[in-house]
Amino acid sequence: MRLLAGFETPDAGRIVVEGEDVTAVPPARRRFGMVFQHYALFPHLDVGGNVAFGLPGGEKGDGARRVAEALERVDLAGFERRKVQELSGGQQQRVALARALAPEPRVLLLDEPLSNLDPTLRERTRHELRELIKRVGITTIFVTHEQEEAFDLGDRVALLSRGHLVQVGTADDLYERPASLFAATFVGRANVLRGAAARALGGRDGQVVVVRPEALALEGGGLSGVVRERRYTGAAAFFLIEGDLPGAERIEVLAAPQAAKVGDRVSLRALRVLTFPESEP
Amino acid sequence: MNARRPSLSGSLLTLLLAWLVLYPILLVAREAAHADAIRAFVSRPEEWRALWASLWISVASVVLAAALGVPLAFLFERFEFPGRRLLGSLVALPAVLPPLVGVIAFLFLYGESGFAARAVQWVLGTTSAPWHLQGPGAILLVHAYSMYVYFYLFTRAGLAKLDVSMLEAAQALGAGRWRSLTRVTLPLLRPSLAGAAILTFMTALGSFSAPYIFGGGFRVMPTQIVNSKLNGDLPVAMVETIALALLALLGLALLRRTEGDDILVALGKGAAPRRRVLRSRTARLLAGAAGWLFAIFLLLPHLTLILVSLVPYATWTTEALPPVLNLDNYRRLLAEPDRLTPLVNSIWMAAVSTAGAVAIALGAGWLVVRSRVRLRRVIEGFLALPWALPGTVFAVALATAFSVSSPLTLRWVLVGTVAILPLAYLVRNLPVTGRAILAGFRQLDPALEEAAASLGAGRAATLRRVTLPLLQPALAAGASLAFVAALGDFVTSIVLYTYDTRPIAIEILSSLRLNEIGVAAAFGVVLMLVSAVVLWVGGRR
Repeated sequence: MRLLAGFETPDAGRIVVEGEDVTAVPPARRRFGMVFQHYALFPHLDVGGNVAFGLPGGEKGDGARRVAEALERVDLAGFERRKVQELSGGQQQRVALARALAPEPRVLLLDEPLSNLDPTLRERTRHELRELIKRVGITTIFVTHEQEEAFDLGDRVALLSRGHLVQVGTADDLYERPASLFAATFVGRANVLRGAAARALGGRDGQVVVVRPEALALEGGGLSGVVRERRYTGAAAFFLIEGDLPGAERIEVLAAPQAAKVGDRVSLRALRVLTFPESEP
Repeated sequence: MNARRPSLSGSLLTLLLAWLVLYPILLVAREAAHADAIRAFVSRPEEWRALWASLWISVASVVLAAALGVPLAFLFERFEFPGRRLLGSLVALPAVLPPLVGVIAFLFLYGESGFAARAVQWVLGTTSAPWHLQGPGAILLVHAYSMYVYFYLFTRAGLAKLDVSMLEAAQALGAGRWRSLTRVTLPLLRPSLAGAAILTFMTALGSFSAPYIFGGGFRVMPTQIVNSKLNGDLPVAMVETIALALLALLGLALLRRTEGDDILVALGKGAAPRRRVLRSRTARLLAGAAGWLFAIFLLLPHLTLILVSLVPYATWTTEALPPVLNLDNYRRLLAEPDRLTPLVNSIWMAAVSTAGAVAIALGAGWLVVRSRVRLRRVIEGFLALPWALPGTVFAVALATAFSVSSPLTLRWVLVGTVAILPLAYLVRNLPVTGRAILAGFRQLDPALEEAAASLGAGRAATLRRVTLPLLQPALAAGASLAFVAALGDFVTSIVLYTYDTRPIAIEILSSLRLNEIGVAAAFGVVLMLVSAVVLWVGGRR
């Protein structure tokens, strides 16, 4: 995010927007709007002053109208003269968004904008944010550690690990067709099986088998075990199975709540598996 | 950000600071490294006496200031009694008296022809002076009066940070009041007390005004140095300067070790203990009376100064109270060009030096806090160095460095020109502006500057529209302290002034020599008022 915004220079590679190489362009001239994690609202300016900061003429003339429009868009119409310290966390976040949008940026960067909100507010703000982004129609890059947020908001989701891009694709792509073992285990819940246990669920020699909990059935398969725990969630239940084979001591299965009891012996059948070569880390 | 530009500006700033702060001291050290001068210094008993006097006066000042300031801080922080708030703010009053002004106020008040002495004469019916305000006792009296403020303010701040749950824990474990004071409160206050002790020690060691006016034959190192310099014994003055600098650095290093970790205090999170309301009538009356008496004692020097400033020349001889009071002295101050000059000099020199110190501190603050320049430790060290060395040391060092024309070694003849005093004030004020502005930068979230950049503001616009407005409280605090210090400066001025650039403090001294005490006091009142106003404006949030 800091590379995209221009606060850091990349060791290698280029950043291209609409065919223009902006790698060496300073942040001030990139025309990227950014919402910071802690919003970074200017404490010495009021809401109007913050939103007008990026406008060429400030709040004078045409600026006042654009400030009002930007605030209108985030449902804060009439908040111009309020102090930023007086606003709630959700309102501050929307001011930060209005400020980033006011100069009509080419790209909008959101740096974990929801991480500072409490869980109930977070969900609501996420829906509002999705609506707003759709309405404004600006390319938006959203950084998050919450998988749910990424899946909910992202048309395309990019998975990064240690500075490397692991996979880019739709949320379905990432979950159903992960590009690597890392992507498979990082996105969603996954049982990772090796050796004999992997072969028992249909893997070949030298393959690692990844099975999602919902892709396992509790009957008629090649891997037997004992139910050790049952975690009831309402519509379904998670079962923790201690398999009989080494490397299969903790297998998670999502099944109908009444499918088994703690202590039952069961055999597992894989409905769908993902396989990766053993050599991968 | 851009990695190359900061390192270039970092090197330039480091060089500038090295030239201003370190280079002059090194030149003094070179001049002092002459066998004859060192032999002369070592063989003279009066040099050893002055060195010893400096040391014990400074230590005694710390003890006295602590004995006065610490109990007072407890009284105001822990007990509730009528007038606590008003008195609590009056207690910091000595801070608005520049050193020399405080000294002459004491002279008018407790000197052999001061109000106290006249009152005693009037009561006893004698005409001979009941005492002489001279020697170490007089110096310590002034030091205790002006320096207890450090202990008072530091201890109050420490007490306010103290977590009440620690005291409650001590009580729950069966500790009585005395035990929890000695085993819990005082150990937790150690960093505050050590900080105050360091500040007092350094101020007392560098103190010049009190020993100069009251010392008589009793010399401490700063007066000894100025004396040697005025007598033309330059090589020995250099050795003395280095000896005083070493004493200061040694004292600082030793005191730093007593400071301990601030972690002790930082551990607690709870609120400070509530103030105990004094219930018994006698206790309340006693605390109130003690508080008011003390406040009057603190205010007396200020009042004396104002009263004496209203006494026209040669109208007050043997009477207990001055018979004639009018505004004659102030009129002369404004009407006579010779009297107005020092006033104008002090103000413009203080303003220029403050602007310079603030500009350097801003650049240093940005480099030290925001950039990844390798030299940032060095820059911070240079900024703090003038604080660790007494004012006389720096005055002599600058006088040495800038009395020779040698552009190749970056030396020009500035002594005797209008440039030298503002430069000296600037160097002396680097620590105070540097500390304030660096602290301001450290509290500033870098994301705010990045937000400005992402909204299209370039470097200059970000500085003007975001950084400077947010730093404004720190800038105002640093600048006002620097301005007041430069305005009232005596210790560097007396080494470096010329007749045309003489500042107020020098004019006060010469008025005193001509026995024009009214004019001297009027200058003192002006200094006091300007200092108070500037500090008040600078401290506002």
